[in-house]
Amino acid sequence: MTLDRRNFIKLLGGASSLALAACAGTGGSFSGPTGGRRVVVVGGGYGGTIAAKYIRMMDSSIEVVLIERNDHFVSCPFSNLYIGGLMKDLSPLTIKYDKLTANHGVKVLQAEVTGIDAAKKVVMTSSGEVTYDRLVLSPGIDFRTEEIKGYDAKSTPETIPHAWKAGPQTVLLRKQLEAMPAGGTVVLSIPLAPFRCPPGPYERTSMIAMFLKQHKPKSKIIVLDANPDIVSKAGLFKKGWKKHYEGIIDYRPAKKVTEVNAGNKTVVIEGIEDVKGDVINLIPPQRAGQIAVAAGLVGPDKNWCPVNPTTFESTIHKSIHVIGDACVAGAMPKSGYSANSEAKACATNIVNAMNGKELIDFSGINTCYSFLSAKEAVEVTGVYKVDKAKNAIIAVPGSVGVSPDLSEIEAIYAESWLKNILTEMST
Amino acid sequence: MTMKWRGWALATGVLAISAMAQAAPPTAAMLSNACAGCHGTNGGSAGPSMPSLAGQSKEAIVDAMKKFKSGARPATVMGRLAKGFSDADFVAMGEYFSKQKLHPTNQSLDAAKIAKGASLQEANCGRCHIEDGKEGKDDTPAMASQWLPYLQIQMADYLSGKRKMPEKMEEKVKPMSKQDLDALLHFYASVK
Ligand code: HEC
Ligand code: HEC
Repeated sequence: MTLDRRNFIKLLGGASSLALAACAGTGGSFSGPTGGRRVVVVGGGYGGTIAAKYIRMMDSSIEVVLIERNDHFVSCPFSNLYIGGLMKDLSPLTIKYDKLTANHGVKVLQAEVTGIDAAKKVVMTSSGEVTYDRLVLSPGIDFRTEEIKGYDAKSTPETIPHAWKAGPQTVLLRKQLEAMPAGGTVVLSIPLAPFRCPPGPYERTSMIAMFLKQHKPKSKIIVLDANPDIVSKAGLFKKGWKKHYEGIIDYRPAKKVTEVNAGNKTVVIEGIEDVKGDVINLIPPQRAGQIAVAAGLVGPDKNWCPVNPTTFESTIHKSIHVIGDACVAGAMPKSGYSANSEAKACATNIVNAMNGKELIDFSGINTCYSFLSAKEAVEVTGVYKVDKAKNAIIAVPGSVGVSPDLSEIEAIYAESWLKNILTEMST
Repeated sequence: MTMKWRGWALATGVLAISAMAQAAPPTAAMLSNACAGCHGTNGGSAGPSMPSLAGQSKEAIVDAMKKFKSGARPATVMGRLAKGFSDADFVAMGEYFSKQKLHPTNQSLDAAKIAKGASLQEANCGRCHIEDGKEGKDDTPAMASQWLPYLQIQMADYLSGKRKMPEKMEEKVKPMSKQDLDALLHFYASVK
């Protein structure tokens, strides 16, 4: 079953031949020659941390440099629980990178990536150039703010949070909810799919409604969903909303927000219908993280990065792999668990390619837990593999499904899920 | 722009065909790594309600997966997930996790209950849960160092009839008090 070397080089852009070159010492700087064994990973979230760790676990002779602009990462999954008041602060959602270095020898470079030269195999950063043999991008999402009239990418989120990247935005939204008078109105705007975390906006709706029910009598939340119906776990969310939040949630499907006026806290639907709120949580439509767009890695839709479903190598630029929310992973939803699975398959095939071994087909899992109340959760899970005829990742028939009902035991498992996946990413 | 698109399509086609033709089917590691987001890296769980799979016997894992798939064993997620895999996959994953180092959990347990459990285990459970629960007879799962909350959830499912006990285990478990059973679980969770 061994693969002949010529085919490999064709498939994976030739790095395996470099792997035969003698290892040159790199010292402390990352701008010199790589010795043919350096993988650079950009983005320290659900995908990037796992790719970096698993490459080192599988082959410690490969040098891995993880570039991330922050010295920590805050998880989007479970951040809705903080917004709903179930968490004191964001510390249970925050990881650091020091143990990836201590336990696995991942070199962490805290820097801003400013550009990628795919031809020269160089990443430009605020701390200088970093050369690579293979590059893994796990940049997450950015916002198509230009599609919303009146939205200023910098100033609008300071008063109208998206809270769709966890951290200061999450804290801002909760502060606004706390400061809102009783009897107030929250407006939540959901973009057209695909977006990061399909059930996320509906979990957020539930958590905000729970907060209003407990702390802000006579308040309500108006949900303006650009989609024709709830995108994920629709039956379960409807059931939970009826059970707990009747009269608090005003869900309006097929209402696409096209304009925002931060000054008088108003959003406009399709240019005609104004909706005013005391707190507005506007989640803009999304695309791959800016660095992937700038590097020319997005496909015909101009939003997401097409990749090879086995290696996650970009179909546009050789030796650059894109994982997580930014890539087109066929039937896999844009979730943290998907990114985790994709990262492991990508790591496996990068290591195999660098060592002249055969590639392995993708097999992965997605899981998304969502909370509907303080104690009840639901989930969706599925198993995914490559369909050779379609050349795409598909769901294994019969494996995808949702919880039969709201349940307390699922909430208990969900807490352990968070603990395990964040531990995977940080130790 | 047009040139770029042609290049893009070309690249897609060429890369895809060669990858599809050449990649080997998922290995045991590829299959098992996907489980680790919930069960922990190499099956060593850090979350107290999620079972560790590291060091579990191949037979116990295969048996559990088959029962999840058929619905014979109740589950939240595992029933659906098991439907995504073949019997051969179960064996591959069972073998993979059985080879991982047992993951010693760090949990706070009640010393008095551990002592009580230790005195009860050999006579009542030791026939199948052998070597202080570090091993299991045939497809009996190992329980040494397993998370207590997970074991308690399972015992509650057995006692309510949701999960079906093996007949011979039921003979031992049924006459015991809830306190003694809980003491036994504390004991097994404490074994390193
Ligand atoms: C979404 C999280 C999740 C994923 C992913 C997952 N599991 Fe599980 N696993 C659980 C939960 C929760 C239980 C308890 C049973 C239940 O409620 O489904 C469990 C129980 C088990 C058990 C029974 C252990 C025992 O000692 O009784 C086995 C075996 C198992 N899982 C194997 C696997 C394998 C193999 C995979 C990968 C194919 C996997 N699991 C993926 C959550 C998960
Ligand atoms: C005759 C053999 C036998 C005896 C005796 C026995 N068990 Fe078991 N036990 C099993 C088998 C087989 C399983 C797995 C069966 C299944 O699929 O549910 C099991 C499963 C369990 C589990 C679930 C573990 C897991 O990882 O899911 C617990 C807890 C347990 N036993 C506790 C006990 C206790 C406590 C005793 C003594 C009072 C006992 N058993 C006696 C055979 C036995």
